[in-house]
Amino acid sequence: MSNDNPSFVPTVLQDAVNWAQKFSLFTYPFATACCAMEFMSTMGSRYDIARFGAEFPRFSPRQADLLLVIGTITERQAPVLRRIYDQMPDPKWVLAFGVCASTGGFYQNYTVMPGADQVIPVDVYVPGCPPRPEQVLDGLMALQRRIQEHRGHSQRELGNTAAIGYRDRRHLPVLSDGTSMTLGPEERMPKDGRVR
Amino acid sequence: MAQSVLRILQERVPHAIVETGSYVGDDMALVERDHLIEVLTLLKEDPSLDFSMLTDLTVVDWLGQDPRFEVVYQLYSIHHKHRVRIKASVGEAEDQCWVPTATGLWMAAAWAEREAWDLYGVRFRGHPDLRRILMYEEFVGHPLRKDYPQNARQPLIRRPDAPATDDQTTRLLANSHDRRVE
Repeated sequence: MSNDNPSFVPTVLQDAVNWAQKFSLFTYPFATACCAMEFMSTMGSRYDIARFGAEFPRFSPRQADLLLVIGTITERQAPVLRRIYDQMPDPKWVLAFGVCASTGGFYQNYTVMPGADQVIPVDVYVPGCPPRPEQVLDGLMALQRRIQEHRGHSQRELGNTAAIGYRDRRHLPVLSDGTSMTLGPEERMPKDGRVR
Repeated sequence: MAQSVLRILQERVPHAIVETGSYVGDDMALVERDHLIEVLTLLKEDPSLDFSMLTDLTVVDWLGQDPRFEVVYQLYSIHHKHRVRIKASVGEAEDQCWVPTATGLWMAAAWAEREAWDLYGVRFRGHPDLRRILMYEEFVGHPLRKDYPQNARQPLIRRPDAPATDDQTTRLLANSHDRRVE
């Protein structure tokens, strides 16, 4: 309901679109660590994330609208995570699965990034090391409430998503390491750091 | 069995051995760096020793001591089923912080030496491809050295509106404190 962008499309239609989207989340599991075991449990028949319409993991970010960041993100992985997020079509949501993806967890060192929200906007944080499947489902329900209320990061940025048929994605942000998805691999790779 | 390894070493290469020791069944020999490859070759090639496997290669940082680093080779003989630990001391200075590579003896040393270079900054002379293996190439410094700052982070990318990390928070607090003092 709280739609920042006034549009000619009635908010009723926006509500209907949000309702449809919250029950048809296509997940992309970015599983890097042991939390993936709990994710499998959540996916399995006992806890059955399918009851919430999010049962089908798409192993391509271009077909997904919910990015599950499952596990520790290192500084070296951060550009990869950012690129995967950029490849997902709008509107999109991010769920930080476990305490490492939320804050870095008990890793406080030179290599672990303190939370996935350092590089991508995160909608829901699920704490736990690892979180129990009930917590994940609770986080998913929190995300569904957020989607219905049009409070997701990408939803806020887009405004009235019901009015948007096609979004020109060529304005994609250049990554702060100076690269973007449109660069060739030889331009994208870091310089040779070989030491003799 | 295991005592004989040290005894053979002391008989065959007495000029290379600085010190030997044995603790809870683990035999150790501290070796001169100039004779390190000679000792390792003997350990691998001699049929009575036959250390065919390099189990691990690490570095110890004794910060405040001289020489500062110790390169440690853990060797195992698959045939004789005995082990030995070979150490070599390495200084901190740029022209001292190196050992000869063991890749000519065990191929397993290639990645282990890259890791040791990455995390401790000990160079391995003659290594065919000595570059970082765990950290990214833009990384500055060697993070497992004891004087590497604990909270230093070297991010590759950040959102412009990223939430403050711990050390950013610390810096903010420090700055606000400074302002209050002024």
